[in-house]
Amino acid sequence: MSVIDAPRSKAAPKRRGINWEKWGWIYMRASGVVLVVLIFGHLFVNLVAGEGVKAIDFAFVAGKWADPFWVVWDTLLLWLALIHGGNGMRTLVNDYANNTTVRRILLAGIFASTAILIILGTLVIYTFDPCPVGAAPELLPSFCPVP
Amino acid sequence: MSTAAVMENQPHVPEVIPTFTATLIIRRFDPEVDDEPRWQDFDVELRGTDRVLDALHKIKWEQDGSLTFRRSCAHGVCGSDAMRINGRNRLACKTLIKDLDISKPIYVEAIKGLPLEKDLIVDMEPFFESYRSINPFLMASGSPDKERKQSPVERARFDDTTKCILCAACTSSCPVFWTDGQYFGPAAIVNAHRFIFDSRDEGAQVRLDILNDKEGVWRCRTTFNCSEACPRGIQVTQAIAEVKMAVLRGKP
Repeated sequence: MSVIDAPRSKAAPKRRGINWEKWGWIYMRASGVVLVVLIFGHLFVNLVAGEGVKAIDFAFVAGKWADPFWVVWDTLLLWLALIHGGNGMRTLVNDYANNTTVRRILLAGIFASTAILIILGTLVIYTFDPCPVGAAPELLPSFCPVP
Repeated sequence: MSTAAVMENQPHVPEVIPTFTATLIIRRFDPEVDDEPRWQDFDVELRGTDRVLDALHKIKWEQDGSLTFRRSCAHGVCGSDAMRINGRNRLACKTLIKDLDISKPIYVEAIKGLPLEKDLIVDMEPFFESYRSINPFLMASGSPDKERKQSPVERARFDDTTKCILCAACTSSCPVFWTDGQYFGPAAIVNAHRFIFDSRDEGAQVRLDILNDKEGVWRCRTTFNCSEACPRGIQVTQAIAEVKMAVLRGKP
């Protein structure tokens, strides 16, 4: 008995390298779950706990970043949220921008703005010093030790 | 005996079936005359048992013979007459007029996302092309000279996706398919699911590789339009999610 060879249609060519679409999809799910915790934790601590929203001022932020726990928390929040949002906008552009030139410009814009915000944000979190040495005393917040 | 006596005593009155008039506004397009599709309205006298397909037949047979649409079995099995009725993809042969709001006109147009050919007919070739590319046939080694056994549980695993009639209602309701013609579309993934989870089939890996493509399952945005559109009630979005998980696992 003769059997028709399967598959009759040509198999898809094996692609090499990382499957970005797959990892992008996984990233969106995983970061989404973590972001729910990070964002609501952030909102609760800043707006509800203690004195609530009235507590937020320069000293409040300085106090939070004196604690390594909040430094790590805010770094995670910054990176995960920006990449999550950037990847979402990349997907939208891939869906709706038919013109190749327009799509490239939009994708480059999304990449650049995401990268710049991540770099600047990280720089601020890790180089933040509320009482820089050698600054004019009248510009310093009240809680800094008087030299 | 008593029943027959009662029936004889009653005077014979021919039964009058109540009718009503419905307005259908149909998106017409004749490529030889029109540059753009146009909307045309028809008033049709219908009965409570009539479907949108019956209304289209009445228009074609009694009012305008040029109205063009596909239909074959007219009973929801062949999948020829998927169309957009009042903005939703349905089978014309499974949509009763009385279930629609007949105080307003009924809008009928061709399904979206596929090239319009004439009136309610679209070019289904891109749809069938993506269907073919997922190898929609049993891939098994060995010669087919004895039964391939399967337990009821193994059969139930993919029962839902065997119901597909390839009407394209799901694929042409998918916003990703509207904007990206490269996407396989829900129907192709449903039919891949039907074989990927079939215990007799040995080609799951080939199909998972095909659907792990840039234009494969990852393009799905989980909008549930396909599940809502399916005239067979297939849980299309769930089937796509199961294929996604199978791709991640690397096996069914």
